[in-house]
This record gives sequence, structure tokens and C-alpha cells, in this order.
Amino acid sequence: MVTVLGLTCLLCSAILGGAYVLTKEPIDKAAADKTKQAVSQVLPHFTEVEYNEEGRYYTAKDADALVGYAIESTTVGFGGALSLIVGVTPDGVVYNTSVLSHSETPGLGAKCTTDQKFMSQWKGFNPAVKKLSVTKDGGDVDAITASTITSRAYALAVENALNTFNKIQGGQDNE
Amino acid sequence: MSKFKLITEGLVKNNPTFVLLLGMCPTLATTTSAINGLSMGLATLFVLVLSNMAISAIAPVVPDKVHIPVYIVVIATFVTLLQLLMQAYTPAMYETLGLFIPLIVVNCIVLGRAEAYASKHGVVESACDGLGVGLGFTCSLTVLGLVREILGSGSVFGYNFIGGNDGMLAFVMAPGAFLCLGYLMVLFNKFLKKN
Repeated sequence: MVTVLGLTCLLCSAILGGAYVLTKEPIDKAAADKTKQAVSQVLPHFTEVEYNEEGRYYTAKDADALVGYAIESTTVGFGGALSLIVGVTPDGVVYNTSVLSHSETPGLGAKCTTDQKFMSQWKGFNPAVKKLSVTKDGGDVDAITASTITSRAYALAVENALNTFNKIQGGQDNE
Repeated sequence: MSKFKLITEGLVKNNPTFVLLLGMCPTLATTTSAINGLSMGLATLFVLVLSNMAISAIAPVVPDKVHIPVYIVVIATFVTLLQLLMQAYTPAMYETLGLFIPLIVVNCIVLGRAEAYASKHGVVESACDGLGVGLGFTCSLTVLGLVREILGSGSVFGYNFIGGNDGMLAFVMAPGAFLCLGYLMVLFNKFLKKN
């Protein structure tokens, strides 16, 4: 009885160990591809990208010239964590945003990944000109219909990303 | 029983979703669109066929007292294998189905077939049985996903036909899942009884 159970477990762990080793490379590659794609979605053309673990942002460069920062930012939406990646060019203007992961309601808040009208307003969003909060709160961000909470969370995530950007910039000025 | 009949049995007469009402959790949760339902069905099919084969092969040497733990370990191995493979080669699908892939371990269809069929039959018959029940599950989930996608988002396999994405939202959410499943079940059993 013990032998059979023990042998089964041993055999199964051996199989899984092997499978883990074999699939590790493609899994890592898939994850790396995904972040690279996310970064290239929110920033103009770049050749090199470097990740800052502590600040959770990527620095993108095109032949040594700074293209911008892709900053990860997480807030709480309607259904749980809402993670964005926000591309900010060196002049402090948002280039584009993209959702990394979310758990919003399908058909309502989840539209933050498909609603063209909502998504396109982030392209070239200049925080010096526009107010970063939804129109209901007196800002300049058009919320997704029937998904104000998600839209608020989205705006807050962009705001946090811009704060991170200012911190990065501030740190460099002091050097 | 012929191999072919074994397969159609799982597909129609013992359809796991519409007749046996097994595995309701992934059925209701993952069928927000046809492609999601299809993927979930295929993932379960993969585990079902392999675990049925493995269990029918080892059943004669497994003592009665530990057969459930042994079966669970075997099933869990195949599920983890599937999880690693999906993560490596279909990362987008893995993300959509998320938690429901590891949860195949506790899907009562898989353990149910292992216990009720595979442990008492040969490897080939068990594979056919797994294939039949797996296909039954896949078809049901795809149909359910298709109906919910048409009503809820106005699209078929991601192809939008109403222009814009304003379908009847309720069908994408949980209440719609229950409603659709109920009506499909009624229709399925009506036709089954007629024939």
C-alpha cells in the first residue's frame, strides 16, 4: 500500500520535474515577449529596454537617446486589482496606456481594454493641460458608460504612474 | 460495446453537462465566449483521456485502500503538465482560463470516469470513454459559450456581427450562464427523449 502510493508520487514528481525543465525556457520567453509587447504598445520605437525592479518601470532607449518610461501601476478597480502599464515620454506627456491584468466585470468595466473611445483619450494625454480625473469628478477624462469606478481606478493608476515619472525625473535632476 | 458506441455514449446519452450535470463550476464560469468554452473543453478532454489511460493501466496493482489518493496524484500530474504546456505555448489562453485549469484536478467528471470506468476496463476502452465524455464536455461548453456570446456580445467566435459591443450584458455574466444552461438542458433532453 505504502509502496504503491510512494512509487506513484515518485514517478509523478519525476515526470513533472522533467516537464518543468523542458517548458521553463518557452514559459520565460512567453513572459518576456508579453512585457516587451506591452512596452512597445505604450512607447514609440525603441531598441533597448531595461527594467527597474524597485520602481517597477522600464526605461526605453533608441540608440542611447531616451525614448521614455513604461511605468507599471496597480490600483483597485471594481472587481479587484487593475494593473496598467503607462508610457510616458521625457516631456511628461502620456504616450499611451495598456492594461496588463484586470478582474473587472465582463461587458462593463472590462471594456477598459476594448472601448476605443476610452482608450484613445490616453494617447498624448498631457497632465499639464488636462485634469486627470473623470468628468463626473470635474476632470477631463471621459468615463466608460456605466463603469465609473473602473474609469476612476484607471485615472488613478495613470496619476500614480505620472507621480513615479516625476520621481524618476527628480532623482535625475539631483544627480 | 464497440469503440464507436463508447464515444457516442459520452457525447450524447451520458453527456456530462446536459445529462449528468457534472463539472458545473467550469461550465458556468468559463463559457463567456465560444472560444473560451472550446478551450476549456479541450483542456479537460486532454486530462480525461490521459488520466483514464494511465489509471486503467495501473488500477490492477493499486490496493483498494489508497486508490483515491493514487488517482488524484495521477490526475494532478496531468493537469500540472497541461498547465506548464499551456503557459509555454498558449499564454493568452492560459491567462483567460486562469484558475480553472488547475481546478480540473477536482473536476468530478475526471475522477468520476476514473472511478466508474477506467479502473474496471482496459486501456483502449478507457481512452475511448475519456474521448467520448471529453468530447461531450467540449461540445456542450462550446455550444453554451456560443449562445452566450451571440446574446451577450453579439459576436460568433470573436467575430462581431452587430457592430459595436453592446449585446445583452446579462448573458455574459453569471445569471445568463444559469439561464442559458437551463434552456439548453431542456432542449437537449427533449430531443434525446424523442429519439
